[in-house]
Amino acid sequence: MTNTSVTTPDVDVAAKPPSVEQLANRYTKIESRDVNVYYGEKHALKHVDLDVYQNEVTALIGPSGCGKSTFLRCLNRMNDVIDICRVTGRIALDEHDIYDPSLDVVQLRARVGMVFQKPNPFPKSIYDNISYGPRIHGLAHGKAELDEIVQKSLERAGLWKEVSDRLDQPGTGLSGGQQQRLCIARAIAVNPEVILMDEPCSALDPIATARIEELIDELRENFTIVIVTHSMQQAARVSQRTAFFHLGDLVEVGETEAIFTNPEDSRTQGYITGRFG
Amino acid sequence: MQTFIVVLALIGFAAIGYTMGRARAVMTAGGVPKDLHSLPSYYGSYTALWIGLPSLILLAVWMIVQPQIIDGLVMGGLPSDMTAGLSDSQFGLLLNDIRNVATGNISSRGDDPAVAAAATQLSSLRHTGFILMVVAVFGVGAGGLAFARNRISPTLRARNTVEKVINVILIISSLIAILTTVGIVLSLLFESFVFFTKVPFYEFLFGLNWSPQTALRADQVGSSGAFGAIPLFVGTLLITFIAMVVAAPIGLMSAIYMAEYADPRFRAFAKPMLEVLAGIPTVVYGFFAALTVAPFFRGAGESIGLDVSSESALAAGVVMGIMIIPFVSSLSDDVINAVPQSLRDGSYGLGATKSETIRSVVVPAALPGIVGALLLAISRAIGETMIVVMAAGLAANLTINPLEAVTTVTVQIVTLLVGDQEFDSAKTLSAFALGLVLFFITLALNVIALGVVRKYREKYD
Amino acid sequence: MTDTTSSPQGESAGPARRPLTISPHLAKRYARERLFRTLGLASVATAGLILLVLVGSIVSKGYSAFWLHHVDLTIEFSVDELNPDGGPIEMETLQKANYLGLVRDALKREFPDAASDRRERRKLYGLVSPNADIMLRNMVLNDPSLVGTTQTVSFKMSDDMDTFAKGFIDRDLPESDRRVTDAEIKWHDHFEAEGRVHVAFNIDFFTKGDSREPEEAGIYGALIGSILTLTVTLLVSFPVGVMAAVYLEEFAPKNRFTDLIEVNINNLAAVPSIVFGLLGLAVFLNFFGLPRSAPLAGGLVLALMTLPTIIIASRSALKAVPPSIREAALGLGASPLQVVTHHVLPLAMPGILTGTIIGMAQALGETAPLLMIGMVAFIVDVPQGFTDPATVLPVQVYIWADSPERAFVEKTSAAIMVLLGFLVLMNAIAVLLRKRFERRW
Ligand SMILES: Nc1ncnc2c1ncn2[C@@H]1O[C@H](COP(=O)(O)OP(=O)(O)OP(=O)(O)O)[C@@H](O)[C@H]1O
Ligand SMILES: [Mg+2]
Repeated sequence: MTNTSVTTPDVDVAAKPPSVEQLANRYTKIESRDVNVYYGEKHALKHVDLDVYQNEVTALIGPSGCGKSTFLRCLNRMNDVIDICRVTGRIALDEHDIYDPSLDVVQLRARVGMVFQKPNPFPKSIYDNISYGPRIHGLAHGKAELDEIVQKSLERAGLWKEVSDRLDQPGTGLSGGQQQRLCIARAIAVNPEVILMDEPCSALDPIATARIEELIDELRENFTIVIVTHSMQQAARVSQRTAFFHLGDLVEVGETEAIFTNPEDSRTQGYITGRFG
Repeated sequence: MQTFIVVLALIGFAAIGYTMGRARAVMTAGGVPKDLHSLPSYYGSYTALWIGLPSLILLAVWMIVQPQIIDGLVMGGLPSDMTAGLSDSQFGLLLNDIRNVATGNISSRGDDPAVAAAATQLSSLRHTGFILMVVAVFGVGAGGLAFARNRISPTLRARNTVEKVINVILIISSLIAILTTVGIVLSLLFESFVFFTKVPFYEFLFGLNWSPQTALRADQVGSSGAFGAIPLFVGTLLITFIAMVVAAPIGLMSAIYMAEYADPRFRAFAKPMLEVLAGIPTVVYGFFAALTVAPFFRGAGESIGLDVSSESALAAGVVMGIMIIPFVSSLSDDVINAVPQSLRDGSYGLGATKSETIRSVVVPAALPGIVGALLLAISRAIGETMIVVMAAGLAANLTINPLEAVTTVTVQIVTLLVGDQEFDSAKTLSAFALGLVLFFITLALNVIALGVVRKYREKYD
Repeated sequence: MTDTTSSPQGESAGPARRPLTISPHLAKRYARERLFRTLGLASVATAGLILLVLVGSIVSKGYSAFWLHHVDLTIEFSVDELNPDGGPIEMETLQKANYLGLVRDALKREFPDAASDRRERRKLYGLVSPNADIMLRNMVLNDPSLVGTTQTVSFKMSDDMDTFAKGFIDRDLPESDRRVTDAEIKWHDHFEAEGRVHVAFNIDFFTKGDSREPEEAGIYGALIGSILTLTVTLLVSFPVGVMAAVYLEEFAPKNRFTDLIEVNINNLAAVPSIVFGLLGLAVFLNFFGLPRSAPLAGGLVLALMTLPTIIIASRSALKAVPPSIREAALGLGASPLQVVTHHVLPLAMPGILTGTIIGMAQALGETAPLLMIGMVAFIVDVPQGFTDPATVLPVQVYIWADSPERAFVEKTSAAIMVLLGFLVLMNAIAVLLRKRFERRW
């Protein structure tokens, strides 16, 4: 690839880049060092060093099968449920190793929430969907407090107005976009510190996508967000930092603006200009 | 009944412990449940487990051990001339009489003062034992409660502990299936082994003469009858063969028709019908065979000058075949439906008619699965009991004439074991040897059949 | 069958066409097609026909068991017998009085000339059910004021007379070929002519235990035995089966050992039921010393038999719950056990219950293993608890089917009808459950 001048015609970087001041005060929420993941014999993630900063959106991009979801699932140990999966290296949340055997994975997941690719509400009422997390973590004292959490979470997910009069109806009866916001509200309700999102908009239409993107930008104020996306535009619009994965390698990570306008690696450049992937 | 109440009381105790543990946990956290490692309810369950598990285990052990100790004490206390020189079974009978007297039943030896005294002793020992047990069990429960209360603190990982215990309980549950198999194999092997010390192995497997009932008196030397099981095996195979002659074609053709020809409405009616046929208890088929089919065959035979036994292998076999039809058809139906449509399309594309496609493409492709289904059906027929008990003969008869009465392995097991049993007589034990043969033959058939079917499924999945 | 290569001989320039007429060969192929299809249909029809014959033969034999013929007799509650010493009536005397004599006197008064011959007299006394005296005693004990009066009392006919009255015995047969004598027919006709024979619903059939007398025998004892036995079966096999399925499906690592458990469960499902009976006899009765003939032992044996059914059904129900539900709950920080108890199990429950009901229906119809552990004994008393000697419905069918009396054929068929009724009910519930909660993801 000899072409050095980058043309990113249809990607405009809209998300607010961090200011100088912010850059200086960056706090490393999650730190990963030399992370390797194996599915049986398959080496799915190779020597990944990646930091996630607090109150920022970090986007993970890369061609299908490059290990984005795998990395994301390492961050709250969802990989534990896959029998053949083995993780090495160090991942620390607030400087505590999350793979420390003395750590309770359940408490980890209460701090690092997750939103999945396909909306997956429980086949229960909207209310029960939201209140489930607070209930199992004992976050609410009594019904009134629980009601308040449910309402707040739905409000923050921008869903309150649409569902406030039918909280007792099944969550599966909502539209796809509403369901995904319900899942986000459900994740927020536990009051996590980090929210992981694996292609949260891939099953949604553009309007629903736009709403979720807005939501992500708002949530950044209170949460740290890591998002996997296949849409370059989306990465550019919502994230402050972007990491590009390829065949299990973390090829490049940096400020979103820099990645999209001036990538260092030719593979990144090829990917974002649509030459492969 | 008393034990049942003790168990209920223990459960109640554990329930109280649950609330105590919960309250205790909230208290240690200074009234802020959020500071606890786990939800308060897990501390409750933790306490309840510490109360319930040890005490219930103790209860179970106690229930097994206490009768043995008490029996020993009571029998030891009997005048020695009464117990001297008793054989094991006579000893058991005496003990049984004492138990009967103790529970207030009439017994042949009820008037014997020694027995009466022993019965009184038995009752009082039982009573003491029960009180001791209640005290011990609840003592252990209280100990558990105290221990758990002490352990409870905000940092105690109650959820993890409770879940570990539950996980162990889950594992034990899934081991019960294995234990059942082990129990079957061990009990059959053990009793058969005793049998083979009385009757040589080869005589049982290859002997042509079966008449276990000829023993007139149990203490007669050399009185045991003949234990050659070949007539039973032949009879079983004969009836199984007749059953398969009925079930295989009808079941298979039904399956083909249902899978390939029938429209959904017909299926919606015919499938439940076959399921009803499959759900009828075998004792009903047995009654049908003995009361309707056998006389029918006998009458039909008479009218054309044939002498058909009223317990003919034919009647039992035909009815058994009827019972197996839905079994064959539903298994084959699944198998045929698993044949990919593309194979059929290939054949149609060459201009073959439907039946030609079925015969030359679908059935050959499904053959392993069909063979597996038929093997399972054979295994069912061999192990089927009630139909043959009610409709086949009792006397061993080495013949392959379907119009005569034959007997089968299962019939003999039932007739040998219904009624009085003496576990030291070859007659009773031979039933276990027959059971062993039955178990291993059906097991082999099942393993082969399930293997064939699984291979077949993998091919098309 | 596209024919692209065509011979260039022929006058036309275009390719020669093969005529689309039906060749005799093709007609034969179609005939064979029709034959094959008819054979298939005939097979299904055969199965249906057999079902009809089976049910028809049972209903036609059994429907008449639901009523019995009664005959009115004039009973003198004579003071001589019931209060020979005069004075106030004493319960103890009433208890011990000879009520059979009262019934016999009534019959003798009815047919004085039959009373001379000893054999004929016996037949005459046998006209009514042998339990007539117990009935009379209960009547008098309930209402001592009957003493000294003369009443018309309705008695059950004995089984042979009842069978005759129902018209199942042909009176035109020679006397030696039928179970009722000419004299009995004469007596019956006498009562009939006076309008003293009447039909009543056979309530005892549903409220009494077994009996040697067909007209006294009922299925209540067996029914209670079945309920007790199935209760044990359910209490053991449901929790154990579901927990085993949960472990195997949700928690077990995939290794040799769990494979072994899996193969083992599949094989256990195909082990002949009688082998389970042998297991019960050797282990539950001889080793653990559980009481013979008791619902406790029977229920445990059936539980082991039903276990594979429940495990297999529960596993497929658990498997049908989409993994996304599990991921969602795990992502919120639910522990694996919470995921199962809060989400997966409730969603799988309809399927599990359907499998359980089907397993219970199988257990309800099971006979052979229960014979092994002695539940085949003749038991008159209705069992009161799990350790009382008891029998169950299908075993009752087996016992009655073995009895020689003609009237027991009718009872057997009726008991089968009741049994089938329960099975249909259980399966209907299972089907409803499946329909009602069928869920597509
Ligand atoms: N459960 C699993 N078992 C075995 N291999 C797996 C498993 N999950 C993922 N992999 C493998 O790991 C590699 C990375 O997968 P991953 O799901 O992380 O990719 P991805 O970047 O998220 O792809 P996509 O964009 O398609 O979602 C792939 O090659 C995949 O085949
Ligand atoms: Mg992915």
